[in-house]
Amino acid sequence: MATHMAEPAAGGVETTVDHLTVEDRVWLLRAMLLMRGLEERAMSLYRQGRVPGSFYDGYGQEAVSAGAAFAMGPEDRLCILHRDLAAHLIRGVTPTRILSQYMGRAAGITRGRDGNVHFGDRKLGCVGMVSMLPDMMLVATGMAMAFKLRGEKRCAMTWFGDGSTSRGDFHEAMNWAGVQKLPVIFVLENNQYAYSTPVDKQFAVDPVERAAAYGFVGVTVDGNDAEAMFEAARAARERALAGEGPTLIEAVTMRMHGHAAHDDMKYVPKEQVEEWRKRDPIERQEKRLRELGIDIDGLRASIKAEIDAAAEEALAGPMPDPATAVDGVFCEGEAEPLGDGQAPWSGFASDGGAV
Amino acid sequence: MPTLTYLQAISSALRDELRADSRVLLMGEDIGVFGGAFKVTDGFVDEFGTDRVMDTPLAESGIIGTAIGAAVVGMRPVCEMQFSDFISCGFDQLVNVAGKMHYRQGLAVPLVVRLPSGGGFSGGPFHSQNPEAWFMHSPGIKVVAPSTAEDAKGLLHAAIHDPNPVCYMEHKHLYRRVKDDVPSGVYETPFTARVAQPGSDLVVIAYGAMVPVALEAVSDGLDGASVEVLDLRSLVPLDEEAILDSVERCSKVVIVDEANATCAAGAQVAALIAEKGFESLDGPVVRVATPDVPIPFSPPLEQAVLPGVDRVREACRELLAY
Repeated sequence: MATHMAEPAAGGVETTVDHLTVEDRVWLLRAMLLMRGLEERAMSLYRQGRVPGSFYDGYGQEAVSAGAAFAMGPEDRLCILHRDLAAHLIRGVTPTRILSQYMGRAAGITRGRDGNVHFGDRKLGCVGMVSMLPDMMLVATGMAMAFKLRGEKRCAMTWFGDGSTSRGDFHEAMNWAGVQKLPVIFVLENNQYAYSTPVDKQFAVDPVERAAAYGFVGVTVDGNDAEAMFEAARAARERALAGEGPTLIEAVTMRMHGHAAHDDMKYVPKEQVEEWRKRDPIERQEKRLRELGIDIDGLRASIKAEIDAAAEEALAGPMPDPATAVDGVFCEGEAEPLGDGQAPWSGFASDGGAV
Repeated sequence: MPTLTYLQAISSALRDELRADSRVLLMGEDIGVFGGAFKVTDGFVDEFGTDRVMDTPLAESGIIGTAIGAAVVGMRPVCEMQFSDFISCGFDQLVNVAGKMHYRQGLAVPLVVRLPSGGGFSGGPFHSQNPEAWFMHSPGIKVVAPSTAEDAKGLLHAAIHDPNPVCYMEHKHLYRRVKDDVPSGVYETPFTARVAQPGSDLVVIAYGAMVPVALEAVSDGLDGASVEVLDLRSLVPLDEEAILDSVERCSKVVIVDEANATCAAGAQVAALIAEKGFESLDGPVVRVATPDVPIPFSPPLEQAVLPGVDRVREACRELLAY
């Protein structure tokens, strides 16, 4: 049942743009540029000692989260992984709150209770990840189960890595979603390494083949092509809302940085990194848009200004009050529900989110 | 007021909740068509259908994890672990995802996990455990353990209405042995302790299946001593006020756990008394618990480790003489 939509290939692969306006295509680039710029700024803040703990980024993988999240409607629900900052940006999390989050400030999404990319803004329909990967596959599956039970036309999406495919929760979620034919989209971010462990020590078959084993569609996508990612996610969402069950999208990409800031990636052959550098997702999208006459330099300048302003604001914000460290373990009183997220894709503007 | 068994009281609470609230959803292995390993949900599919009384794949992490997902989008899932022992397979989802959710993200997880627990019937090492202390040690999870049919129903209603994850410890040994008057309809039993029997010379603090053991142990053979039995009912939150109040009035304390002794609920109660009730004590805090061994299968071995009436009575007798 696995189909191959686009073989990973070096730069310049054109994909269908039937569902994307020029504005949409700029949005995708903008989300990726903002992600990269914010992570670069956060890394510099980390080196200055302003980001406690460690620092993780998604350099080179920006297309995976940007493209997939762009296909999600306001009422869809997302469980986003740690190299997928663009998904948060698309849902509407502001750069100031993201930088505040990295720095453990009171204005961060978790108000200093959790670090780095361990967050999800519940007001924007996101549930933050935990470190035990891929636990959120089951949570997303459960959300999709509720949508199906209530007859709602929405879906859930979750991201996880190649290492995650070895754990039981991967199989439990895939099996459960397949048995119950749930509207859930699994985005497998195959970035070649789980920490230092290469994929040939992780699985004996291409993990996309496993979708068929659980009774649903699996597609392999060039994970460095935001438009291809969008198209795969859009089609998966269409299937989900039509009652045709889950989709596994294997996004083939490369982790261009170490596992975290401390990791010099000595275990990765230099040629491998150089080969993938030619497939940079941002360069690819910029090339497309430049051909359409989009002012890329202007866009970059406006994003840099936005990040400068966000950093200034985040640095001015207070640290959390130590007196609140034990607050909020339990919900007391009325529970606040998940809210809806931003959904900038033009396809939602015309029909209110329906496919 | 109808007389129900402990098991019927649990069924009654679930049935009332399913009728009253369309958000309530039961999930578990063999709970639907078969009606559950202990028949708690016997006949439920006929009234509520297979969507709301869901036979799940055999996957405890899957049950807890998907229930968390359903809970955060507005459902009120009640999960059954076929035996509480199997929660080890769902531990990560419960402790790391559900337990930490509200603190990290301000997102409530209204989830109940029913945990048929306890030994006494040759269930062996994998069908007899009392894992409540694992979850007492994990922030963000409430833990309750009824000992009567009335509380079994009332605590389950309260657990389902609670916006937090709740481990509901239902003791298998009590299912058909305990029978009492149970109010009709929906009512909530608070997550506080209850004086099961008032007294003034010594208090036995217990919960779950150890409450009837304590009541029987102190019913005779103690030379007319006035012995109180305090039923904790809730382990998280722990009713510190009620515990310290009993200690102050009785001055001597025996704490009974069916769980393995180290770091058990009773150890926490003992620590609390040492910290905040020391001045009231007229003797050492005495604990009766299962030694730190897997629960053995063969009846003489199992009876040798589980606290019984004789061990509790002997502990009381010795402490009264102190």
